[in-house]
Amino acid sequence: MPAYGIEIILSRQLADSLTMPVFITDTVGNLIFYNTPAEETLGQRFEDTGEMPVDVWSVIFKPVDEFAKPIVPGDLPLVKTLTNRLPYHKTFWIKSLQGQLEKIELTSYPIISKENEFLGAVAIFWKIKENEN
Amino acid sequence: MKIKLCGVRGSFQTSDAETKTFGTRTSCTMVVEDGELLILDAGSGIQHFNSINFSAKRVDILLTHLHMDHILGLGFFSPFFIPEQEVHIWGPKTSSQSLRTRLSRYLSPPLFPVLLRDLPCNLFFHEIGNAEFEINHFKIKSNYIIHPGPTIGFRVTGNHSVFTYMPDHEPALGRNGMIRNPKWISGFDIALNADILYHDAQYTSEEYQGKKGWGHSSIEDALQYASLCKVKNILLAHHDPAHSDDQLEKIYLNIKVISEGLTHYEVAKEGNEIDLP
Repeated sequence: MPAYGIEIILSRQLADSLTMPVFITDTVGNLIFYNTPAEETLGQRFEDTGEMPVDVWSVIFKPVDEFAKPIVPGDLPLVKTLTNRLPYHKTFWIKSLQGQLEKIELTSYPIISKENEFLGAVAIFWKIKENEN
Repeated sequence: MKIKLCGVRGSFQTSDAETKTFGTRTSCTMVVEDGELLILDAGSGIQHFNSINFSAKRVDILLTHLHMDHILGLGFFSPFFIPEQEVHIWGPKTSSQSLRTRLSRYLSPPLFPVLLRDLPCNLFFHEIGNAEFEINHFKIKSNYIIHPGPTIGFRVTGNHSVFTYMPDHEPALGRNGMIRNPKWISGFDIALNADILYHDAQYTSEEYQGKKGWGHSSIEDALQYASLCKVKNILLAHHDPAHSDDQLEKIYLNIKVISEGLTHYEVAKEGNEIDLP
């Protein structure tokens, strides 16, 4: 398999330097990298799993809205970014590994090269304490 | 394939006697085979073109990027001033300005007295990114590589040999340096198994610590990169202008010890010629 474009490589290098959880996917949503803070959320280590197909990693999260109603995949920022190649932002809740609901703010954006080629997407999120915002 | 190193100094031209052994002129390498010529970058080293006997109707210059040390010699490139001479300039594509527009920022007053539009030669521009193309019998593959601003590296395949050219490249940029997985290595596809890799080696590893993100490599990282890309030989180049000949000799004496078991290397010297089958 050919090497990733430098835009993807540099995205990973940046993610590796951040304290916020970051997920990087290819153009169809396969998870090609997640950083150490994201490992805590995912409950898996990138060192152990390597890349993960979209149908494997997408079921780990169970996103819900403020009424605890499940959010359909098409309403999630990363899925919308992969579909429309545009940035999105959303506040929602995910179930932690301990079974608690955690409020998060998630921003996703497409990686588009200098040649206007869509290379993948990045999702970055922040856990929000309930009394914030 | 003959490779002539016309300029191996990085960043800016030196002039003092203490740098003459390794060379004073900035990035330019000529590749010649079957009477056909490619000029890689147009730093001040392009002045060596005047000393070679070349009279073809067409000449091709491939620019890795448009930093000054890689285009400085363009204004003094004699074929520009020959009517009917075909000059093809290949350079990195951007999503904003054309290659011609970007180059004319240098080749116009007040930086240069002659306007690009007034050159008497027949000038052609080719904008490239991740691409494969042919120039005469040479097969060329280009990839964007890590360096500030749009920058590409070239893999030149001749009759029997492969020469890869990456004079400005920082593949180790990141918190923990290079990721040792081919899919995550900048420029891996164009460097893989090359007979010769011409690569940035501007700094010692100590110097690199204070210059991360400047777009250049330490000698150690360049050697590691060559090893990961399984190249047969690496030419270490783009010497820091602050390094005198004596300093480079000392630096490379030390490198000799730590590079044991890594790819075979040579230190690029201006004027050297290398023959490949």
